[in-house]
Parts: sequence; C-alpha cells; structure tokens
Amino acid sequence: MSTRLATGGRLIDRGTQAEFTFNGKRFKGHGGDTLASAMLANDQMLMGRSFKYHRPRGVVTADGSEPNALMNLGEEGKFEPNARATQTELFDGLKAASQNHFPSLEFDVGAVNAKLSRFLPAGFYYKMFIHPRPFWAHIYEPFIRQSAGLGKAPKARDADRYEHFYAYVDVLIAGGGIAGLQAALTAGASGLDVLVVEQTAHWGGRAVVDGGEIDGKDAEVWVTDTLAALEAMPNVTLRNRCQASGVYDHGYITCYERLRDHTPQEPGPRHRLWRVRARQTVAATGAIERPISFAGNDIPGVMLASAVRDYVVNWAVSPGDRTVVVTNNDDAYRTAIALKGAGLEVPVILDARAGGGGALAEEAKALGIRVETGRGISTVKGGKRVTGVEICAQAGEGSVLETIPCDVVAMSGGWSPVVHLWSHCGGKLIWDDAQAMFKPNPETAPIGADGQGFVVTAGSASGPMGLGEVLVDAHDATVAALGRIGAKSKAQAAQAATPAEAAMEAVWMMPQGAGHKLRSKAWLDFQNDVKVSDVQLAAQEGFESVEHAKRYTTLGMATDQGKLSNINGLAVLAKELGTDIPNVGTTTFRPPYTPISMGSIAGEARGELFQPVRKTPMHDWHDANGAHWEPVGQWRRPYTFLRGDETVEEAVTREVKNTRQALGLLDASTLGKIIVKGPDAGKFLDMMYTNMMSNLKVGRCRYGLMCSENGFLSDDGVVARIDEDTWLCHTTSGGADHVHAHMEEWLQTEWWDWKVYTANVTEQYAQVAVVGPNARRVLEKLGGMDVSAEALSFMGWADGEIGGFKVRAYRISFSGELSYEIAVPAHQGRAFWDTLLDAGEEFGVMPYGTEALHIMRAEKGFIMIGDETDGTVIPQDLGLNWAISKKKDDFIGKRAQERTHMTDPKRWKLVGLETVDGSVIPDGAYAISEGTNANGQKNVQGRVTSTYHSPTLERGIAMGLVLNGPDRMGEVITFPKVGGGSVDAKIVDPVFYDPEGEKQNV
Amino acid sequence: MLTFTCPNCGEAKDETELSAGGEAHLTRFGPGSSDAEFEAYLFERKNPKGVHFERWRCASGCGKWFHAARCTTTNEVFGTYPAQTTEPPKDIIDHIVTRRPGWAFSDWTGEGA
Repeated sequence: MSTRLATGGRLIDRGTQAEFTFNGKRFKGHGGDTLASAMLANDQMLMGRSFKYHRPRGVVTADGSEPNALMNLGEEGKFEPNARATQTELFDGLKAASQNHFPSLEFDVGAVNAKLSRFLPAGFYYKMFIHPRPFWAHIYEPFIRQSAGLGKAPKARDADRYEHFYAYVDVLIAGGGIAGLQAALTAGASGLDVLVVEQTAHWGGRAVVDGGEIDGKDAEVWVTDTLAALEAMPNVTLRNRCQASGVYDHGYITCYERLRDHTPQEPGPRHRLWRVRARQTVAATGAIERPISFAGNDIPGVMLASAVRDYVVNWAVSPGDRTVVVTNNDDAYRTAIALKGAGLEVPVILDARAGGGGALAEEAKALGIRVETGRGISTVKGGKRVTGVEICAQAGEGSVLETIPCDVVAMSGGWSPVVHLWSHCGGKLIWDDAQAMFKPNPETAPIGADGQGFVVTAGSASGPMGLGEVLVDAHDATVAALGRIGAKSKAQAAQAATPAEAAMEAVWMMPQGAGHKLRSKAWLDFQNDVKVSDVQLAAQEGFESVEHAKRYTTLGMATDQGKLSNINGLAVLAKELGTDIPNVGTTTFRPPYTPISMGSIAGEARGELFQPVRKTPMHDWHDANGAHWEPVGQWRRPYTFLRGDETVEEAVTREVKNTRQALGLLDASTLGKIIVKGPDAGKFLDMMYTNMMSNLKVGRCRYGLMCSENGFLSDDGVVARIDEDTWLCHTTSGGADHVHAHMEEWLQTEWWDWKVYTANVTEQYAQVAVVGPNARRVLEKLGGMDVSAEALSFMGWADGEIGGFKVRAYRISFSGELSYEIAVPAHQGRAFWDTLLDAGEEFGVMPYGTEALHIMRAEKGFIMIGDETDGTVIPQDLGLNWAISKKKDDFIGKRAQERTHMTDPKRWKLVGLETVDGSVIPDGAYAISEGTNANGQKNVQGRVTSTYHSPTLERGIAMGLVLNGPDRMGEVITFPKVGGGSVDAKIVDPVFYDPEGEKQNV
Repeated sequence: MLTFTCPNCGEAKDETELSAGGEAHLTRFGPGSSDAEFEAYLFERKNPKGVHFERWRCASGCGKWFHAARCTTTNEVFGTYPAQTTEPPKDIIDHIVTRRPGWAFSDWTGEGA
C-alpha cells in the first residue's frame, strides 16, 4: 500500500492539516501536499480510468507531464475538469472527483472495452463508422459524442476573475531549477531587466531532490542562498506558480500564473496571463523522464523512477512497500537508493543494459540491493494495483525467468529535454544518439525581428543532465543570449561536480523481441490508450509520416500532448518503418506547454467589458422610456419604444403610423459623419463616390454611393457641401470607422500628393430626425431660423438656431415624409431632444426606433446597406444607375463594374414584391424557378433582401433581387417557406409609397 | 505575434495593434486598362518565400499606413518606411542585401535584373 512516512518530506508542513474529498470520500493531507501526494498518502493509488478502454489508472509522474491523474475539481462556478492532481496544490476543503468512469471508479462497465481491445485497433473509428452512410448523423455521431472527451464540461458560469498583465523585459528565464537560477544570476549581473518564472510553488527543480554539492554547499542551501541573492537585485523579478506556456513570433511569451488555485478563499483574480515581450528568452525547462514499453506498464503502481523518489523526498510518501526498479540508465538507481534510505524495500533493480551501471550501481549494491543486468520486465502482474513483475532477459522474447512480488514498479527509459519553448516558434532539433534524445540545435534558433535568435536553452533542456555541466551550460547559454543584445555579465558559473555515470542504452521495447501478445499490452500513450501494437499497425497500414501516424492512432493527442509518449512512439514507428528516429522526426510542438484556463485567455474581456458599448447622448432617455435595444455595430439603438403592455409589433406599427400622420423623432446620432476638407477634397470625393460630388453647391446635399475597388456597393449616405473646400459625408451607422479608414487608405497610399484632410466627427454631434407632416410646425414653434420650404428646400441644409440651440439642419428624408435632420453639439443632444419632445406634444410627437425607420424606408423603396447589399451587389443591380456618374473618367469601383460578370444582363435586379395574400415573405427566402440543379435542389430565380408588414399599406411588402426583374412587372413568383408551404408575390415597382415624392418635398 | 515600428509615430507596435494591408507597391489600374491588367492588379498577389514588402496600418496608434520589408520564412524585419513611395528606399534595399547577399529588388518584382 502507499502511505505517509513517519519522517522527512521537504515540502510538507506536518503542523497543518488539510481535509479534502475524493469521490465524496474524506481524506486528510498536509500543507505543502499536492493532491496526488495526499491521495497516495491515503493509499488512493487508483485515480482514474483510461480514455478508450476504461482501464484503471494511477499516478505516473509528480509533475506537469502527468497523463492519468486527471480530476474534476470543485463545484458549480468553481468547477474545473482535467486538472492534473500532480500540479494541484492541496488546500483545506478541496473537492476532487475522478473522470471517465460509469458507474464508479472502482467498478466501471466501460472496462469491457478492454476485453474487446483487439477489436478496437488503431484507426478503429475511421474503419468502423464509415459505412453505411445514413448511419452517420443519427447512430454514429451520438455514439462518438457519448464516448468523446475526458472530464465534464462546466455548466455554471465561471465564478472567478482573471486578468492579463503586460510586461516588457530584456531577458525572460523560464524555469526555476538550478539552471534557471544560474541563468538568473548571470543575466541579473548584466544589469538588464530579468523576469524569472517557475511553474511550481518551489524553486530548485530536481537538484534539491537528487542532491549534490554546488559551490561547496548542499544543493538546497545553494538554492536558498541564490534566491536571496536574486531577490536583492532590483532588476530581477521572481515569480513562482507561473509557467512560461507559449513562445510566439518576435519574442512574445505568454506566462500563466496561478494566483489563487491553492488559496481559493482569498480575494483577487484566480489566474493571470502575462503577455511578455522579451528580447531574449532562456528556456531552462529541464527534462522529462521517459517510460519503458513493457506489458502492463499502465497498471496503477507503475511510475516513473524520478516521480517515486519525488514522492519519498518531497512529500514523505511511500508509493509502496516493495518497489522494483527497471531502467536503462544510471539515474534510476537514485530512486532505489532513496527508497532504501527511507527504509523501504527494493527487491531488485532490473538494468536492461548487459554491462549494468556505474558508480551509482555500485552504491546501490553496497546498500544490499539486488541488481540484475541485461534483464527486463516481461509482464507486470495486477489489476487495479501492481502485485508483482515477471522478469525476463531484455535480449529475449519474454520467457519468464522469475516472478517477484512488489506493489510499485519504478521505470526509467532515459530523459528527454523539454524543448517545447525552443520549438514553439521554429527552433530546430537534432538527435543525440548517445543519450537517445532530441535536443535543441543551437544553430537554428527561432528568429526575432532583428534576424537573430531570441531563445536559448539552458541546462538539461539543452541536453546535459549532470549537475556541473547543467550549471556551465546555463551560464554559457545566458552569456550567449546577452551577447545577442549587446550585454555582458561578470557572473561566473557555479561550481559543481558532474557524477560519472555509465552510458544509457536506448530501450524502445522490453524485452526487445516481445511478441504481439506483450506488445498489445505495452502502453505508449496512457491517456489516449495507444499501445506499441497500434503504432506498428498504423505503420503497416501506410501511415508513414509521423504526423499521420499521430492522428491515426491519436498518439500524443490527449491533454498531456504526448509528453511521456511521443519519443517512445516515434522510436517504435521508426523501427517498424526500418529507418532511424531522426528520419521520422517529431510532431509539431504547439503552445501552450500544459493546458491553461480559458478564463486566463479571456482575462477581463467578459460581460460588460467584453466590448465597450457606444451610447448616444440620448441613451439614458431611451433606456428610461421603454427602449427595446438592438445592437448596431458597437452602438445600441432602440428598435422600438414599448408603451404599456403592447407587443414589439404593435409598438412598431404605432410608431410608423404616427410618424406618417403626425410627428416622429428619431435619434440619428449614430449616423457616421466625416469631414473632408482641402483644395483637392472635391476631386477626392469624386473618386470615393460613384456620383459627382465636386459640383455640389454649397448649402446643398446629395445622396452618394461608395464602392470598393472591386465594384461592390459598400456604403451610402448623404453628402453636404459646407463651404468651398469642405464636405461633410454621412455614412451608415456601423460604417463610419470603416469608411473613414477607406478614405485614409486611398489618401495615404495612392493620392498622397492630394491636399485633403479627413476627420471622423461622428461623436461630436447629436442628430435628431424630426419627421412627419407636423415637422415644420414644431420647429417653427420653437422659433429661430427660417425652416420654410423656400428658405430651406428639400436636399438643402443651413446653419442657424432653433429654440435657442445652435443647429445645423438638413432637409433630407429617409422616410418619405417632410423631414429635418438636425445636428447639435453632442453635449446639448439630450437637452435638444427633451425640448423637441416638450414642444411636440401638441403635434402628437412620438419617438420611433430603427424598425419603424426600416419599414418606412422600405415603403419608399430606399435601399439599406447590409439588407439589399451583401458584398456581392453592385449599384447597377439596385437600379441606382442614376447615382453613377457618366461624366467621370474614374471612381473607385468603376473599372470593376465594366468586367463581364458585372455587366451580365442575367444579374439579378432589384424589384418590389407584393404578396398576393397580404402575408409577409420570410426573411432570406428564395424564389424558385423551373427544374432542379445538379444536387437535385430546385433552381432559383431571385431572393428577398428586405421584407416587412407595412402598417401604412396594411400588407406584406418586400424588396428582392430577381432575374430580369424590372422587365417582369406584374408577374407572380413563388417563395417556398422553411418547413413547407409557400408565398406568392407579384413583382412591382420598389417604391410602394408616395412614388411622386409629394410628401417629402413640401 | 509580430512587431513593427511605425515610421510615422516611432512606436514599436504589436501585430494586434496594426492592421495588415497585403502586398505593397501595387500599381493601380483603372478605367482604360485591359481585363488582364485589371485582374492582376485586383487579385494577383506575390507569395514569396523570403523577402517581402507589405502594407501595414498603425490602426490602434497614429492611424498612418506604412510599409514593412519582412522575411516570410524567418520573420526578420529588415525595416519599415512611409507608404508614400512607389518603391522601397535605398537604405532598406541596402540593408536587405547585407542580410541576404545576392538578393535584388528585381527578384521581388519579378522583372528581370
């Protein structure tokens, strides 16, 4: 059984108790425990079920590479799935639950999959769920969805807060082991700004567990002293619980800081995403131990050798009473020695190397530990817990020489440098045959903006594994990084001996001649249940590229991204393909290093802060008077103003009728307003608009169309000429920024010698449309400027005063009624609005919203950008030829509109549509024609672009683009409805209301 | 995430503070041009492996367009310069040649040296 040892434990505080639950069972741990160490201390080795076969799984590692011990943590708004128990710091009240089992962790019906495992080979899903095709949607997909995924998706809204933090540093050091600390000393001595991040709560990495002397001190003392020295440097910032998780172009690094995961009751954000720009990054990210592929290597109790001694040394946890160590290198002997030192049994060390180990092996033997060389494990015995191992010759096929009872197997297949940060942004790797590892090739670093490398690796991340050589590499790498940015360091590398170790020997299969029966029980990827036999099958089936084999077998595609499995997997693939490992290569390393919370990525950008809301000066009045809001770009506009119990439709009808019969007010402040000024402004606007703007007279307005260079209609609005060299261009509500940018782009990049200045003044003015037969009366009542038809005629504008407000009044109409759009300085908008409401009371004033606006413009046959246009429509399609100048040589879009497809007479053209039965055509409906297309769908001859119930005409009206439409007046075409039925509509002129324009021009 | 220094305001800007505008130094073809010329202007873009000239706008900064010379394989930025020019300035060309010996502007334009 696994248990807490009576003494020791560097990281735990035996004085504090932390109570927690696992699947509802109550357990006790200590401050300083991880969830994994505390569970082991309570003999809870079984921590989860595997993904595909639902096999029982225990913890394998003590760090971020953990594939098995994944937990659902917390509840409700604090719920989080797939948390690694090894990286979860214990706190009092923690609630954890295991994943991927039904009905319980101990008894799981899904485990029947394991019995069927020979029917679930690599590519099973591709092979099984392809035929018959009709099964895809209703049988296969629900089945796959049911079995997909590990943890549960959170249901409640995240109750925590997250934040982003921006930092600019000269040197970022990722990793707080001895290599990172040495790099920090070296970089810190240069005087540059240095940020050091360590993903765990503790500094010192493996050296403090494995021991040794640095600068004549115990490693742990050196770490403590070094931290104190670094803290005293004002240019060095140290952050623990902070992982450098991703490296991106030009030295952009994301660091994931877990501020409150270990103290969730404290106030403050839970996670902080550091968005760092570093001139140089030193990746002192260490190395990850590899498992060995032998049958039964996934049974709970089989762990990495380094993890076993981490649990003993750091947390005083004995994973088991009897541990068999199996290795291909000297390092794993340290585990045997540590276990022996803790008073635990090591029945045997199985060293796959025929020649055995070096000094550490002698030390182990001297402690009385039995060492067998040239031996390996044939099969691990046990179900939910290791009960023993069967020993065999590594060189053979697995004949059992001896069975040894044990409850833990500590395995070590050698070490792989953590090259992720090096590789995220393109750093290349080379194969080191002696250590059987991919390591960074310093010649091909990721390149920064200046053309130099911006990442170095330091310590074990570069390849060296011995204490002394790690420190030297860290110092040298940091000096090289400093050199790239013209800095020097006076610091020296700390002195330490590198213990002599016998060479490791790669073991990709144990025993090397294992038959299919053993190989199909030898796991490569514990989390995704990929075995040696699966990778071999993939190779046999032709998946020769490592990227293809990965996707076919799902090797390395789980949440651990193959940290333990990838090298072993591609070694198996290489052997099966009869090639060398470097020829197979690695899959792509992508950020983040371990999964980071979605909350940290979003940061503060949620709820009201997700996107700022733009408000007009009258916003609060609208809000207090029944506004039914509608988003228009970043603006909020009232769709309609609800009164009493009326429905939205009733309110809209009321507003339309009242505006047509009495007086309506529209808050038109969102309309874009761009001033274009300068000696060449007229020439410039002639290029921007399809119509002529240079000949517009001062005091007059003109409706203009704006196209993109490829001819499509992009915006429209009324342009007013203010004085000899000043025009004011109105744009659509959502379009002001875009139109302004469009103008600036042409001015700056094509006609930079033209003397034109533009300014977006949209928010400088509040604008109110005063609309309806009583419009003039209310303005005359307020008094001031002359607003008579003679003084201010249709399509004219004038500056003046109304009711004491300085105004600019435009005689323009988007409704077909007598209409004034009146602009006042933004700060007077609300007062002017209130004044109009007061004065208009006797004239039956009512504000109206965007829907009434839309209906009234549709009744008049006015187009709306975004309804009649969709980026594929040209003005000619909309019958707007009258607004396209024939006199101008050029305008943006002119040449494109001459292209053959644009002049094709078969382009659908705008018409009005009047439903035969008075109903409303559904939005987006298509008109069908004779016959069917190649897919068996009915042919179409047009589509609806705007469709409304007209309160004025009391029937359904619409606009649409129809094949040869303008030539087919009076013809009836059919629009099928979704879900059956259809609507017949007569093709008519798009102007339904007051075609002569008598109402607006009075 | 790329960084470029805006030659107008002098600020080093993140990619997210800029907006990309595609290939630089296009010649506009308007009315009177042939279909082939116009289509090439509108749609055909270089996709070089190596030195490239691009348009960027300092969208969340001073609002000005500028040009950048960048290596599409390594992301090295050879320099940025104002957009009010029909070809890269000499100092930019010279710097590219020191970084990529043997390269010539005609390699990019596709017109024979």
